[in-house]
Amino acid sequence: MIAKTMDTLQPTNTPTSEPEVLVKVEGLSKKFCKDLKTSLWYGMKDLASGLRGNKAERELRPKEFWAVRDISFELRRGECLGLIGHNGAGKSTLLKMLNGLINPDAGKITIKGRVGALIELGAGFSPILSGRENIYNNGAILGFTRKEIDAKLEEIIAFAELEEFIDMPVQNYSSGMKVRLGFAVAAQMEPDVLIIDEVLAVGDLGFVLKCFKRIDAILPNTAIVFVSHNMPMVSRICNRAILMEKGGSIKQGEDVSGAIDTYYGRFANNEMNVVFDDGSIDLKVIQIITPYHNENGLPQLHWGDNLEIYFEWLIKKEDTSPQFSIILFDKEQRPIAILDWKKTSGIDRKNKLLRFSLIHKNIQLSRGIYSINILVSFGNTRAPYLRINNALSFQILQEEEIWPPFLLKTEFNNKD
Amino acid sequence: MALETKVYQKENNLRIGRLVRESLTDMYASRFLARQLAVRDISAQYRQSYLGIVWAFITPLTTAVVWIFLNKSGTIQLTDTGIPYPVFAFSGTLLWSILTESINSPRTSTNAAQGILTKINFPKEALIISGIYKLLFNSAIKVVLLIGFIFLFGVGYHHTLWLFPLALFGAILLGTTIGLFLTPIGMLYNDVGKIIGFGLQFVMYITPVVYAMPKEGLMKVLMELNPFTPVILTARDLAVGFTPQYLTYYFIVLAACVPLLFLGLVFYRISIPIIVERLSA
Repeated sequence: MIAKTMDTLQPTNTPTSEPEVLVKVEGLSKKFCKDLKTSLWYGMKDLASGLRGNKAERELRPKEFWAVRDISFELRRGECLGLIGHNGAGKSTLLKMLNGLINPDAGKITIKGRVGALIELGAGFSPILSGRENIYNNGAILGFTRKEIDAKLEEIIAFAELEEFIDMPVQNYSSGMKVRLGFAVAAQMEPDVLIIDEVLAVGDLGFVLKCFKRIDAILPNTAIVFVSHNMPMVSRICNRAILMEKGGSIKQGEDVSGAIDTYYGRFANNEMNVVFDDGSIDLKVIQIITPYHNENGLPQLHWGDNLEIYFEWLIKKEDTSPQFSIILFDKEQRPIAILDWKKTSGIDRKNKLLRFSLIHKNIQLSRGIYSINILVSFGNTRAPYLRINNALSFQILQEEEIWPPFLLKTEFNNKD
Repeated sequence: MALETKVYQKENNLRIGRLVRESLTDMYASRFLARQLAVRDISAQYRQSYLGIVWAFITPLTTAVVWIFLNKSGTIQLTDTGIPYPVFAFSGTLLWSILTESINSPRTSTNAAQGILTKINFPKEALIISGIYKLLFNSAIKVVLLIGFIFLFGVGYHHTLWLFPLALFGAILLGTTIGLFLTPIGMLYNDVGKIIGFGLQFVMYITPVVYAMPKEGLMKVLMELNPFTPVILTARDLAVGFTPQYLTYYFIVLAACVPLLFLGLVFYRISIPIIVERLSA
C-alpha cells in the first residue's frame, strides 16, 4: 500500500566526522476523528487511559482515520528536511508531534537540543498593546528571559523595520507588519532543531528574502524541518524530502527533486482550460510528435531533444486571421518562455481546417514539468479569439537538478 | 555541552514524583512567561476600559449591598453575626468571589490560551501561575476595600488582620486545586464551566457567606460538612479579630489540598496534549 521507495535510514554507528542525529522518528503514527462529538468523547476516554499510562496498543476506533501513518526518519545537524504533500496529507500533524504539542498514537520521537518552531508568528500578541510590549509577550512564550529580550530589543525592532510604529497598538498593524514583528522575535532563537510551517508565505518579497537569509545563516548549526507548498523554496533550502500522502510517506530520501516531481505529477491534470473563446476558432488537436515516452499520459522529453508540437485548428468564421502565441509555463505557473517563429505566409486552409507544427530544436529547459498556454489573436492590438491555459504538459528529463528553468549548454574555453 | 533530550511517545511515565518535579521545574523556568502573561492581560484589560479597577470588586460589592438592603429593610430576618452586618456581608461575598475565581481561573486561563496551545510548545504551568497572579491582583484591590469597611464600620484594628492574607492563600489553594481537576474536562465540554457557575450559586447558600451558621438544624450540618465553610469562616474571623472556630477543619482542608494540588498539576500536565489534539485547528 504505502511503499517506502528510497528510504535512506542511516546506520546507527556513525563515524565521528558526521554531525550528530538531532531528530529521530521511528514508526510515528497519529489518528484523528472525523466527528466532533465522538472526538470529544474519545478525548475523555484518552484522559482516563492517559492516567493509566497508555500502555495498550491503539487501534482505529469507529470514525477515526490515520492522519499520520508509520513515518520514520533521522535528521542531523546541518540537514534540512522538506515535508511536502497535498493539503491534509498529514504534514502539520507531523510537525505538531515533533513540536510536542500532541502525543503520537504509535512510534517514538527523540529530539536533542533546543527546539524552535515557526508555526505561528506573533503568538501571544495582544492587539491593544503596543508592538514593544508585545515583543516581550511573544518572546516570553518562545522561551526568552526578560534579560535576553532587553538585550535584543533594538535588534528585533530593526530587523522588523518597525522603528516608527513600535509604540502603536498591534491591532493597527497591517498583517505583514505583524508577521514581520513576529519573525523578528522568532529569528532571535538559536535552536538546535527548527520546525517551520507555512509561515513565510505572508510578508513582502524583501522580507521573505530576509527570512531566508536568516535561515541560511542558522542552517549549518541546525536541523530544520520545513513544510511548504512552495517547491522552489523547498528545492532551494532542503537537502532531503518526504512526500506525504494520506498520512504515509510515499517518497523519501535525499532526492528532493524526485520527490518534488512526484508531487507535481500528482497534480498533473491534463485538462486544458479554455479561459476565453469568442467562437471564431477551435483547437482540435494538440500533441507532441517528437519521439518521446509517455508516462501516465505525460509526454517525456530528454534535455537537448527537439520539441515538435502538432496543432490542428477548426476555423469557424470566414474572416478569421489568427496569430498564435505559444507560451511556456513552469510548474509554478511562472511564464518562462515564448516560442518565436517566422510568420508563414498563406495559411493553408482545407475544409476550414488549419494544420501546422512548431519545432523548437535542442530544448534547454531544466528538468521538470512544463505546460503550454495558447493565445490566438488578431490585429496589432492582439485582440483575442481564443485563450487556452494548460493546453499541453510535458516533462523534461535531465540528471542535473537545478532550480532555474533553463540549463543552458555552454562551452568552456581555456585561455591559458 | 550536553543537549537536552526529549522523547515523545504514546506511553506516559507515571512516576508521580518525577512528574511533580518536572512540573515544578517548568513552573520555575516559566516564571517570566507567567508574569508576562498576567501583565499582558491586566494591562490590556485596563487599557480598554474607563471604569477599570471597579470591575474587580463590583460583583461582591453589589451582592453585599443587596443583602445589606434585605437585612436593613427587614425583608429577611438574619441571626446576629456579632459584627456590623455590612462588614459581615462584604467579607463573605469577597471571600466567596475569590474562591469562585480561583476555581475558574485554571480553566479560563487555559481556554484563553487555546490559540497558542495548539501552535507553540511552552510550559503550560505558566498559564496556571499567570491565572493566580491575576487573581492576586484582583484580590488585592478587594482586600483594600474590605479593610476600608472594617475601619469604617468600627470593627477596628486587630493583630490577626495580618494573618488575613494567609487565610486568603488558603482559599486560593483550595480553589486552584478544585479548578485543576475540572480544567481538562472543562476544556473538552463547555458544560463543565456552566455546571460550575450554576452549582456554585447553590453552594453559596450552604456556606456562611451572607448569613451566619445557624445554631442547629439541617443547615448547620450541611455547612459544617462543606469544605468551603472553614476557609470562609477562618478568613473572616482573622479579619475582624475573632478567634477562629473551625481552625482544625481549616487545617485538615489545607493539608488535604497540598497533595491533591500536586496530583492536579500532574493530571493537568498529562492531559494538555490530549486536549490540544481535540482542539487542534
